[in-house]
Amino acid sequence: MACGLLIVYSTTNATGICMKSSKDIAELLDEPACEHNKKSKSGCAKPTPGSAAGGCAFDGAQIALLPIVDVAHIVHGPIACAGSSWDNRGTRSSGPKLYRLGMTTDLTEQDIIMGRSEKRLYHAIKQAVESHSPPAVFVYNTCVPALIGDDIEAVCKAAAKSFGVPVVPVDSAGFYGTKNMGNRIAGDAMVKYVVGTREPDTLPASTQRAGIEVHDVNLIGEYNIAGEFWHVLPLLDELGLRVLCTLSGDARYREVQTMHRAEVNMMVCSKAMLNVARKLEKQYGTPWFEGSFYGISDTSQSLRDFAKLIGDRSLAVRTEALIAREESRIEQALEPWKARLNGKRVLLNTGGVKSWSVVSALQDMGMVVVATGTKKSTEEDKARIRELMGEEALMLDDITPKKLLQVVTDYRCDILIAGGRNLYTALKARLPFLDINQEREFGYAGYQGMLELVRQLALTIESPVWQAVRTPAPWRSSGYAASAVSLSGAPLDSGRSAPQTDDAAQLEATHG
Amino acid sequence: MADIIRRKKALSVNPLKASQPVGGSLATLGFDRAIPLLHGSQGCTAFAKVFFVRHFREPIPLQSSAMDQASSVMGADENVIEGLKTIAEKFRPAIITVLTTGLSETQGTDVKRCVREFRTRYPQFSEVAVVAVNTPDFTGCLESGYAATVTEMISQLVPETGTKPGARPRQINVLAGSFLTPGDLEHLRDLIEWFGLRPVFVPNLADSLDGHLVDADFSPVTTGGLALSEVKTLGDAVATLVIGASLKKAGDILEARTGVPSCRFDHLYGLHANDGLIKTLADIIGGAVPTRIERQRAQLQDAMVDTHFMLGFLRVAIAADPDQLNAFVHMLSEMGGEVVAAVAAGDGPALAQTPLASIRIGDLEDLEQAARDGEAELLIGNSHAVQTAERLGLPILRCGFPLYDVIGGYQKTFIGYAGARQTLFDLANLAMAYNHRHEVPVYRSIYGQKPASEAGDYPLEATVHGAHTTSAHR
Repeated sequence: MACGLLIVYSTTNATGICMKSSKDIAELLDEPACEHNKKSKSGCAKPTPGSAAGGCAFDGAQIALLPIVDVAHIVHGPIACAGSSWDNRGTRSSGPKLYRLGMTTDLTEQDIIMGRSEKRLYHAIKQAVESHSPPAVFVYNTCVPALIGDDIEAVCKAAAKSFGVPVVPVDSAGFYGTKNMGNRIAGDAMVKYVVGTREPDTLPASTQRAGIEVHDVNLIGEYNIAGEFWHVLPLLDELGLRVLCTLSGDARYREVQTMHRAEVNMMVCSKAMLNVARKLEKQYGTPWFEGSFYGISDTSQSLRDFAKLIGDRSLAVRTEALIAREESRIEQALEPWKARLNGKRVLLNTGGVKSWSVVSALQDMGMVVVATGTKKSTEEDKARIRELMGEEALMLDDITPKKLLQVVTDYRCDILIAGGRNLYTALKARLPFLDINQEREFGYAGYQGMLELVRQLALTIESPVWQAVRTPAPWRSSGYAASAVSLSGAPLDSGRSAPQTDDAAQLEATHG
Repeated sequence: MADIIRRKKALSVNPLKASQPVGGSLATLGFDRAIPLLHGSQGCTAFAKVFFVRHFREPIPLQSSAMDQASSVMGADENVIEGLKTIAEKFRPAIITVLTTGLSETQGTDVKRCVREFRTRYPQFSEVAVVAVNTPDFTGCLESGYAATVTEMISQLVPETGTKPGARPRQINVLAGSFLTPGDLEHLRDLIEWFGLRPVFVPNLADSLDGHLVDADFSPVTTGGLALSEVKTLGDAVATLVIGASLKKAGDILEARTGVPSCRFDHLYGLHANDGLIKTLADIIGGAVPTRIERQRAQLQDAMVDTHFMLGFLRVAIAADPDQLNAFVHMLSEMGGEVVAAVAAGDGPALAQTPLASIRIGDLEDLEQAARDGEAELLIGNSHAVQTAERLGLPILRCGFPLYDVIGGYQKTFIGYAGARQTLFDLANLAMAYNHRHEVPVYRSIYGQKPASEAGDYPLEATVHGAHTTSAHR
């Protein structure tokens, strides 16, 4: 071990920092650009032992950077960290597949006891470079090496020098905090080690079009889940917006290097890497905005925001023309689906921005959103929800699966839209479900993505399997339907009913 | 319900159909110590034999009346009579079926008369049952030849008197349609036995062609299958299950002859059909459904919920014999899938009631065309359809006859809650692994800063994922 445990307490040690100090962690937790910061309750709060859900900081860091597809991502730790999490299938690449290879130092007991883990890491980097010649290597630190005091920064530095390839330490031990914290650590590592190390390519003459000035932008927090960003990218091309980098969907190392030169940064649908936008603003003066590509209105708004912040009059005019064309095209394509989805009642249980973003998309289809999850939402998000759903909007703050199903029953929901975590809760309750988080297999972003969204909604809502699994076996008089969720499919006459059960009363109490 | 579209073209390309003599042979092979005698030229038998050997990977007893030029012109009755004598003498079988072919039927032979002649001439072989069936290959298909043979077996071997319905209160007769594999029959046997009942399968391919090693190193006749002695007991059973619309006539004859009440099932694919079967069995014993069957039902329901994401709206093309085609259509419609192309090898009683707008009686070329037109996403068919699937770039679920490019195809179980569950898993896995129609096509920005070297590696993931245009883009 290059440095002992004692060094943990010293943040000014000349040989480097072996573990993040509590000061570093406090700094990462303090995100001045985040509305959560001003509230006592925060999405980045400490997890409660015995009642914790969600991943660790390593998980968050890995998920945030793994979509950089040409990098060799090495997880430095024993097997549990990489072993259970490698191969992030959700995100897609237009080129290299190196990100799909799981690489880990797979530390053994001997490595840990005898202090051989740094050496193993050094050789692991060597092996990755020799086998795959990646443009860069990312090394993710995990709990065990952090605890025994491996100096991964020093190892990375030495390895980079020996092998002639950038090696980026991502100090993301799981115990530093939540998944959200890990996202920030990852963003921080990019700003600290990668951004600004290369100038953008000069635009080839062939891409110049008369009357179109090309502007450089970045998208932060866009992961190209199921390739959905490819629904949006052609529109940006058409408008003359060069995406220097999407952090991190379908990104290349050389793209991340040029992020400092963007005129505008867009924070896509997530506050997780807000620190990146803030730091780029501080260091390079790049303005940024928050937006989403889910739903027609939000997609249009995001395109308008680019034009507004860039301040190119021609771009603004062309943007409006493109929006008008795309909206009318997609409205027409959605028409047949609207009839099928009209009046269907939705319980939306997603966090943060997505809750209002998706609400408007569903309302566009004539669907009734009876309740929405607000666990990760800010006050601003909640205000938007009230604006969209009315003052009576039922907001579900940190709801248990059991209560969730109670709401489904009481409010006669036709479908639950939530993250994969709730998938099997819904299915066991014989309830149509749409997965909207990152494990999903379909792309819903942009105008075109709406078509896939409605198709998937109709697929599950209209599926005959629900009837089949709710009907009792012919030799039984009663089945599941009698005991729990009743799925009439018939919307209530006006608004919501006001059920008088205790659980429901509890839920009512959480109203805006 | 379905509109049956008959063949209009002169040339059949990539035939789907297997012949009636093949179907008749298959039915025969489900009887113990049996051997089919195909009344035709040697090729009729040789081809059928190779067909079955490749499918079952087993030695297949099959004989030929070996019609030659002279007998084809001058009359081949002697070939049948002497053929029967030779088989009876050499192999001592329990049952011989005489199955006609296109050649002997065109010639105009009366096989029943030949059998009578054989009886008169060789009374010493009276213990050998001989059943003659008209199975010309210029009509019908495997399914109808099989059904005709089962029908003849019943009408010629089941005694008209001396039996009494319910005399064997645990015995259930099962007339098993040609679409049931040995694996299907084994599972059906389990289901019935779990109710405390004893099934007698007519015929019983699960006992003869389930692929088992026997002590004897060679047998010229089948080793296993429904024994002749058991055929005599069909009239003592408490009930008969008739599985497959094609066996309706056989079921009618058995019921009329014995008075044993019968319950008919067009198929046993999917939840609904099996609910019908289990309810019937519970009614027969007048008791509760065994808990393990309840559990299998709950497992199927869970599988339905889990796989509906992949199978809902899935566009499927099917080529099969009528009973199996009908069975798959029902199973897929239970899952919200759409059958966009359906081709049957021949007509059958199941087709007219299949819930589809139209079914074509045709070949695999028709299937290929219809699948392309209907934008199918998955194919269901036999091993010959694998080439079709390759040309269409689609995954295929194998079923029917022949299955020569996989091992153990005959053991695949489609029926019962358990079989349906596995079939749903298989279909969903195929759809997940190979159906990329709804994937977003790869897009590369004109301004992209991707490394120049990538241009050469193009398309890496793109090919894996299949850069199809999604239907959403059309």
